[in-house]
Amino acid sequence: MKQKHLKVLGATLAVIAVLVFAGLTFYGNSDLTQSSLEQTVDAKHQPLIDRLQALPEAPPAEMAGRVDEEIDTYNSGIIAQQGISDDYLEKVLSKLNGDPSTYNEAFVADYFSADPDIQKRVTESTSWMYGREWESFDEFREQFHQKTDEINRSIVEDNGIGDQRREQFRQEVMENGAPGWLKDGLWAWLIFGTATLGGLLFMIPGVKKHPGIKNDGIYHGKMQNRKWPAIILFAFLIGFYIVLYEFPQYFVNQIVLLEPLSQKMAGVASGRWFMYGFLYTLVMSIFGAKMMIKYRGNAYQQVRTVSVVFFQVVFAFTLPQILTLLQKPSYDIKSIWPLEYSFFFDYRVDQMLEAGTFGLYLLFWGIALALIAVPVLTYIFGKRWYCSWVCGCGGLAETAGDPFRHLSDKSLGAWKIERWMVHSVLVFAVLMTAATVYTTITGESQVLGINSYDVRSTYGFFIGFIFAGAVGTGFYPVMGNRVWCRFGCPLAAYIGLVQRFKSRFRITTNGGQCISCGNCSTYCEMGIDVRWYAQRGQNIVRASCVGCGICAAVCPRGVLKLENRDEKGRVNDNPILIGREGVSLNL
Amino acid sequence: MGRKHTVIIGNGIAGITTARHLRKHSDQRITVISAEAPYFFSRTALMYVYLGHMKFEHIKPYEDWFWEKNDIELLHDYITDIDTQEKILKREKGESIAYDQLVLATGSQTKYYDWPGQDLKGVQGLVTYQDLQNLEAFTPKPGEKNHRVQKAVIVGGGLIGIELAEMLMYRNIEVTMLVRENHFWGNILTENESNLIMAHARAHGLKFQTQADLKTINGDDQGNVESVTLADGDTLPCQLVGITTGVKPNTGTIKGTDIEMNNGIMVNEYLETNIPDVYAAGDCVELRNPSSSRRAIEPVWYTGRMMGEVLGRTLSGKRSAYKPGPWFNSAKFFDIEYQTYGVVNAAPDVEQVHWFWKKEGENKFVTVAYHPDTLEFQGINGFGVRLLHAYFDRALTMKMKVSEVIGHMSQANFDTEFYGKWPREFKLAFTRDTGIAIEKKSRFNQLFSR
Repeated sequence: MKQKHLKVLGATLAVIAVLVFAGLTFYGNSDLTQSSLEQTVDAKHQPLIDRLQALPEAPPAEMAGRVDEEIDTYNSGIIAQQGISDDYLEKVLSKLNGDPSTYNEAFVADYFSADPDIQKRVTESTSWMYGREWESFDEFREQFHQKTDEINRSIVEDNGIGDQRREQFRQEVMENGAPGWLKDGLWAWLIFGTATLGGLLFMIPGVKKHPGIKNDGIYHGKMQNRKWPAIILFAFLIGFYIVLYEFPQYFVNQIVLLEPLSQKMAGVASGRWFMYGFLYTLVMSIFGAKMMIKYRGNAYQQVRTVSVVFFQVVFAFTLPQILTLLQKPSYDIKSIWPLEYSFFFDYRVDQMLEAGTFGLYLLFWGIALALIAVPVLTYIFGKRWYCSWVCGCGGLAETAGDPFRHLSDKSLGAWKIERWMVHSVLVFAVLMTAATVYTTITGESQVLGINSYDVRSTYGFFIGFIFAGAVGTGFYPVMGNRVWCRFGCPLAAYIGLVQRFKSRFRITTNGGQCISCGNCSTYCEMGIDVRWYAQRGQNIVRASCVGCGICAAVCPRGVLKLENRDEKGRVNDNPILIGREGVSLNL
Repeated sequence: MGRKHTVIIGNGIAGITTARHLRKHSDQRITVISAEAPYFFSRTALMYVYLGHMKFEHIKPYEDWFWEKNDIELLHDYITDIDTQEKILKREKGESIAYDQLVLATGSQTKYYDWPGQDLKGVQGLVTYQDLQNLEAFTPKPGEKNHRVQKAVIVGGGLIGIELAEMLMYRNIEVTMLVRENHFWGNILTENESNLIMAHARAHGLKFQTQADLKTINGDDQGNVESVTLADGDTLPCQLVGITTGVKPNTGTIKGTDIEMNNGIMVNEYLETNIPDVYAAGDCVELRNPSSSRRAIEPVWYTGRMMGEVLGRTLSGKRSAYKPGPWFNSAKFFDIEYQTYGVVNAAPDVEQVHWFWKKEGENKFVTVAYHPDTLEFQGINGFGVRLLHAYFDRALTMKMKVSEVIGHMSQANFDTEFYGKWPREFKLAFTRDTGIAIEKKSRFNQLFSR
């Protein structure tokens, strides 16, 4: 009973840590009165700074809204002072006496010359309207309103806090106002230390069990069986990603927790992606330890776990910070296009080209990984060299996602959807990149009538945020741990094509020993019906197989083995089951 | 005249394999009837449902649409009577069915030895889906406290027995296993092996009572099991008695027909019964002339499958004999996997020598059997290691010498990657222990080049 208490204690500590962490959005008052906004904000915005500093302290959840209101008020003030008000516009329009064709340069000079800046903007925006015939005066008025709105917006862009700057500005203000006591590291140690301790306590009882497969009761619990705790976790994860991507102002307190670490590692202020990277790495490390305990007795699982955690800690998290510290272009250099879909974006290519030899090296490295390393290593080792040994998405799936692996859909229907979907994303990624590169080289933003920046941002929103982030991780508790890898990852699709058609990797079956029990299929995170092949003695050669090796681990009769060997005989569509004389068909 | 109609009674591995192979070879109308479950499931996987590794739907090897797509009709009904003259089957629920060819694949059932009290509530085996349902209803849910079933006695130490023990222990039931011999599965395993398995099972909390013979099962006023009494007078209190002393052919429907039976349904090597157009396959079968190394009744998954493969062909008009190759089997004792190829007797004799090897400090051990004079390799039992079926199948078929078989052991290794290089240590130990120098011959390299 003592061990059970330890588990409960561990789980409780971990849940408390997570709740305190999430609760910082509603606690830990943001205080702008003591802020040093003057240092980061342009002096011309002093009136706004004054107003922000006059705000009473409040938790981030409230403060973010107030900062937004202040920015709105400030922008409205700028329009009122420097822009074209609706009243004035109506007055001016009435001077046309209902005949829009009389609108011309002289008219502009008559009514908009008070402010030369306004006169210039109005001329630029409306000169095409001079002397034109209109269906009706209302049509003209509508057009004119639209144009003056644009003028007002551009004034705000130039002189106020425009839409393009707004998010970053708000984030700077909010992080500046976050309470100082969150920034000194103590709370980071408390929260993340408690979470880690809780996780470790939770898994200690596992050490006392005999090495072997630990799947007892997986379908008898609630968390791993789509019952209410799973639904809560699902909602929590989805919520986390929505806030992270769309409303980062609510995460300022969480972000500044890591201020000391970010300063030490990268020499810059902590940001939301630093926080996300830290959480990701911490979660993977804790659950990696759990994997090491759970799969004692299976060296393949242990080596593989060490590998993914190593690549996450060193390549995905630490190295980019060091590169930032050295003021070099920084990114996770083991992340490969098209998973790393922004690799060929103009600003990133520019950044690399401007960074001299090192930048060129990075550019070469990224291209070589995608075009040389992927086919060569996949030929030698199969898809697993990346997907279950190196990749960060795969790494999280294989550690934190491991308890949910059985939730993947094994039906033939799901396989059909998977093939259409994942290859469509690959095509989308290739076209998007082609359009982006075209724009980078020619400077032409229109490609075949479509704006390449729109294609880019559409991809970023739907694939980068919704699919890879929110669905990819959030759906662990309901659809298994490899939803993204299976249905969405363009790199997995690309590597999968290589694995399917030109690789030494396959899962072999052991003669006639299969008893069709179904453990292999049930625990396949990629939804492969492994049993279908095993019971007919056929090698498993599937594009989606990430080579996690769990099918071989859970097989109670020693039937499955992951192998890299000579290509000869790899695809055996007409296999023979050993055990009796005479040849027979296998269905 | 419509299509020729083949009716198969029983949707286990033998019946279903027959149906699938017949479908591949012909376009006959095929009907499979089962009273047990509407769809084929893996019987050997029932334990995993109880353990919560899988749900029942996961142990069905084919999705439900598979049968219609392959034009195999499934009937969930019980056959009450077989008229082999008129070729008509009477059903419990639906209308009678006429057949042109009949396959009996009725499987097996728990074997009871007429113990007093064996009909009490709480006495059961673990063979059918109904057995699983009964067990689920009778025992505590996972984590349930204060359930009336706290202790169980399992009668018979064998494969099903140890699986049942693992299942019940997961539900926090204290389990004692009664073993008639001196050690677990004593008629199959060698003493060394059995003792190691018992030690492993004990470490998991299982209790053994060896040389124990069940005399009576005792019940309370409500007809529930209360205890068992052994031949030596010992009484063990328990609320559940698992009967795992073996299985026998399930021939209830066949009794009273003119189909010849002994312990099972008698068939020749073509799996034909004494009645024309009536065949049988799987656990329910008793072979008239089994091959020398095989038994007349073999109630295992693999035999059912292999018979089905052959029978499917025969039913399509291509009459084929069932000729099993070297014996093989597998099992899992808690965390220790077991595979066997060929014949390893429970004890060595004048025709067989055993060499036993165990990896220090680990649950990996192997027994190799060979002839003392000819040194012909006879069989191998592997525990905690995975052995390649193809390798030993060929070694046995080609009557290789033990020195050659051991010599190429690394090619027989089917362990997962990074599992350790035990075959090397194994080879050295073999020569050290037996004085037989290992041999490497090129013909092996060609055969098993992996």
